[in-house]
Amino acid sequence: MEVLNNRGVEDYQTAGPKQSYFSPYSFNGGSILAVAGEDFAVIASDSRLSEGFSIHTRDQPKTYQLTQNTVVGACGFHGDVLTLIKVLKARIKMYLHEHNKDMSSTAVAAMLSTILYYRRFFPYYVYNIVAGIDDEGKGCVFSFDPVGSYEREPYRAGGSASSMLQPLMDNQVGFKNLPKQARVPLSKEEVVKKVRDGFISAAERDIYTGDEVVVNIITKDGVEVERFPLRKD
Amino acid sequence: MSIMSYNGAAIMAMKGKECVAIAADRRFGIQAQTINTQFDKIFEMGPKLYVGLPGLATDVQTVAQRLKFRLNLYELKENRNIKPKTFLSMVSNLLYSRRFGPYFVEPVIAGLDPKTSEPFIASLDLIGCPMITEDFVVSGTCSEQMYGMCETLYKPDQEPDDLFETISQCLLNAVDRDAVSGWGGVVYIIEKDKVTKRILKGRMD
Repeated sequence: MEVLNNRGVEDYQTAGPKQSYFSPYSFNGGSILAVAGEDFAVIASDSRLSEGFSIHTRDQPKTYQLTQNTVVGACGFHGDVLTLIKVLKARIKMYLHEHNKDMSSTAVAAMLSTILYYRRFFPYYVYNIVAGIDDEGKGCVFSFDPVGSYEREPYRAGGSASSMLQPLMDNQVGFKNLPKQARVPLSKEEVVKKVRDGFISAAERDIYTGDEVVVNIITKDGVEVERFPLRKD
Repeated sequence: MSIMSYNGAAIMAMKGKECVAIAADRRFGIQAQTINTQFDKIFEMGPKLYVGLPGLATDVQTVAQRLKFRLNLYELKENRNIKPKTFLSMVSNLLYSRRFGPYFVEPVIAGLDPKTSEPFIASLDLIGCPMITEDFVVSGTCSEQMYGMCETLYKPDQEPDDLFETISQCLLNAVDRDAVSGWGGVVYIIEKDKVTKRILKGRMD
């Protein structure tokens, strides 16, 4: 048989060096959403973990409680999420033993930024949002990019459905494009309702968001968790 | 960068109670540079029939002219107004005739049936695959943002004034999270006996 090229006939590898590839990242989906209130903060995530067109599990919420009043939402590549949370928890424990007190939410946010930037040229593929109570007792939300750029904000959506959730929150929580008289600060219950509605809508259109939404309500007294069902298809 | 997002656009349509609405942004730009903020992307195709054309601006205007031409021939031959569903087939046929060298537009159609006044909305992809829906359709560079807004704010069977408020809020908040669309908006509310065109003020940045 005549040899045409060193790749041989398709599907039948013949002569030529064999090459192997390794991809260090994958994308596991998931959405997170955080809102800061006057004396509370709300941070929610969905509970679906997927890859491509398949669902790994329907019960893997992407929010992690770090201290008495700090919760971080983390999604992207779940392998990096697990490693990052492990590092964060270890560093927070070291702080606790050294200073005999819990780390503040603002300090957790600053530390997370340095942990992310340490991996500037082989980043953790993770989108983070930190929610908690600041030193003055006010609700706070910090959003991050995967290499540690961060900012304090009144509300922020992250992950696969962030582009659907963010404009909705601009309108319903930030009162954008609404008359002045509509700007009345929202109560804890109202925020939870808006967050839930956002996730229900995101689950309609985003295949990486669904199954359940887990809402963490943070006050000075600690964290309360509520779960609501979402579309499972 | 994709040809579909070279100029930037956002168009949506919604069904209401005995009415339909179609809305678009007004920006014409070349990538990040804004050229014009009074650009038409919605075109009248009959007394109660409108088509919105987001995509490559040169194709937007070419397709609008070619559709108007085909529509004129149809109405001359048939001596009656076209039904929205027939018009959908006409758009689909024009786009599929360029299957392997397409016009870079993804049209949105909104209108009322000329006889029964039945509301109708639909959208197509750039090679003419049609999609008829019962609630809303979106098309353009910020479709994800528009889906997020519409999916939450939309209610079926709204009166014309409520429908206007809903579609306006959906459009404005969606385009404010997209760099290549926005710069004001335009909304058409199509009812049995009248069509209302309103210009929306929005963020100009």
